[in-house]
Amino acid sequence: MPENTTYIMAETDNKQNSNVIVKMEHLKKSFGNNYVLRDINLVINKGENLAILGQSGTGKSVLIKCIVGLIEIDDGKLFIFGQNISELKDKALIEIQKKIGFLFQSGALYDSMTVRENLEFPLRKQLRSISKEKMELMVKEALHNVGLDKAIDKTPSELSGGMRKRLGLARTLILKPEIMLYDEPTTGLDPITSKEISNLILEVQKKYNTSSIIITHDTDCARLTANRIIVLKDGICAAEGTYNDLEKSTNPWIRSFFK
Amino acid sequence: MEKIIAPQQSQNQHHEAEIIPETFSETISDSVFKKFFLEVSSLTIFTLRFFKEVVKPPYEFNEIIKQSFLIGYKSLPLIAITGFIIGLVLTIQTRPTLAKFGAESWVPAMVAVSIIREIGPVITALIFAGKVGSGIGAELASMNVTEQIDAMQVSDTNPFNYLVVTRVLSATFMLPVLVIFSDGVGLLGSFVGVNIKGSVSAYLFFSQIFQSLEFSDLFPAVIKTFFFGFAIGLIGSYKGYYSNKGTEGVGKAANSAVVFASLMVFIIDMIAVQITSLIQN
Repeated sequence: MPENTTYIMAETDNKQNSNVIVKMEHLKKSFGNNYVLRDINLVINKGENLAILGQSGTGKSVLIKCIVGLIEIDDGKLFIFGQNISELKDKALIEIQKKIGFLFQSGALYDSMTVRENLEFPLRKQLRSISKEKMELMVKEALHNVGLDKAIDKTPSELSGGMRKRLGLARTLILKPEIMLYDEPTTGLDPITSKEISNLILEVQKKYNTSSIIITHDTDCARLTANRIIVLKDGICAAEGTYNDLEKSTNPWIRSFFK
Repeated sequence: MEKIIAPQQSQNQHHEAEIIPETFSETISDSVFKKFFLEVSSLTIFTLRFFKEVVKPPYEFNEIIKQSFLIGYKSLPLIAITGFIIGLVLTIQTRPTLAKFGAESWVPAMVAVSIIREIGPVITALIFAGKVGSGIGAELASMNVTEQIDAMQVSDTNPFNYLVVTRVLSATFMLPVLVIFSDGVGLLGSFVGVNIKGSVSAYLFFSQIFQSLEFSDLFPAVIKTFFFGFAIGLIGSYKGYYSNKGTEGVGKAANSAVVFASLMVFIIDMIAVQITSLIQN
């Protein structure tokens, strides 16, 4: 961090606000001697799109994997819908996790299944008594929402990078999550497809009224989708603001992201 | 106005004292032993988790049937070809030696006992380890690399139950079926081998076989194949499920699944033979 930077201590609001969907207090995570998240404090409000920027290896993906429960936190507090995750028992934790959707960087599509089966899989697992007719309707609706109506009987290997991301998104949205976590949604895509995915993220927010965290290196994606941006550096939230605020930052390191 | 947030000094940052080993050989032996015991303990935990998950609902019957089809039915051609060749070659190789002692008529009995008690189960298990063990290892490892296992977890599916339990159960129950099938085809190969340099009727050949075989030949041989199948399925799943991220991990998982599973087949066979001989005596 440059020496001439004015530091302002992060303030954490101890009152549980009903508008707050996710809240992190002094969150820490390390892998051996590698301290990835050193002290994360952040809040995500209802209906908000929060973008997290940062260099590779700063713990952006680890952060959202902690939220979804793929990685356990070492220390600190993580509140989701006002409930402290580390104090919850298995069943309550699963109920909360059901409300969280995760779009993986690679799409994480099941290669051995068709597009239809990819969408049916989470439905079968979560809604065990669902009828075939209802499942078909939900699959078609989810594919329509991401513009993949014609790909229903294709396999993931027949899809392009953008289509794979769309399918990954459809598979997540089919369960109607309240929180969406996007892990580098535009990585590896051309500028036009990236813009399409960014617009899709906005559409999803409007249609499903989701609150989202978008992990990205793509400042265009952050500009288009985020209400607020956080910049991670060395395992802490180094800066926070809107796109315009950060773009005009006096800190050259922060400004360098927006060139 | 953006908010610049001060970095706080991590309380966890500390420097560990550098430990210098006394000799190079000490370093090697330490790391080899450490690696070995870590691997054994990790596999033991994995096995215990299997027994815990196998009784826990939801029961993935459809996936078990699908895997049994892929593991069992799809292996039939390979098992049939190798079984037939083993029976044929064993007969052709044994015949001259027995002929020297005037015991040519013992060929069917000798081949049948060899195939059913030892060669059939072990060779079939090794082929099964090569085909199915490596397949499971590579499949799960590639699912791991492409975050498909994580995706299952976030969509409220227990990936261990869905991927590991189903594959291990299928391997456990399919291998004995394949071994019995392989034994049958092997005896058929032997019949062809006998008739290459002679003429023996099928009735005479198979009646000699059934006269020479006892229940105690077949039963332990089939029982041990359940353990072979379990070990192959479990090791394949273990290597794939805990593979390193990256494409290199997929190859390593498949390779080490075959090597480790094949070794386990021989170890289980050795134990099974000891137990059988103890019981029979």
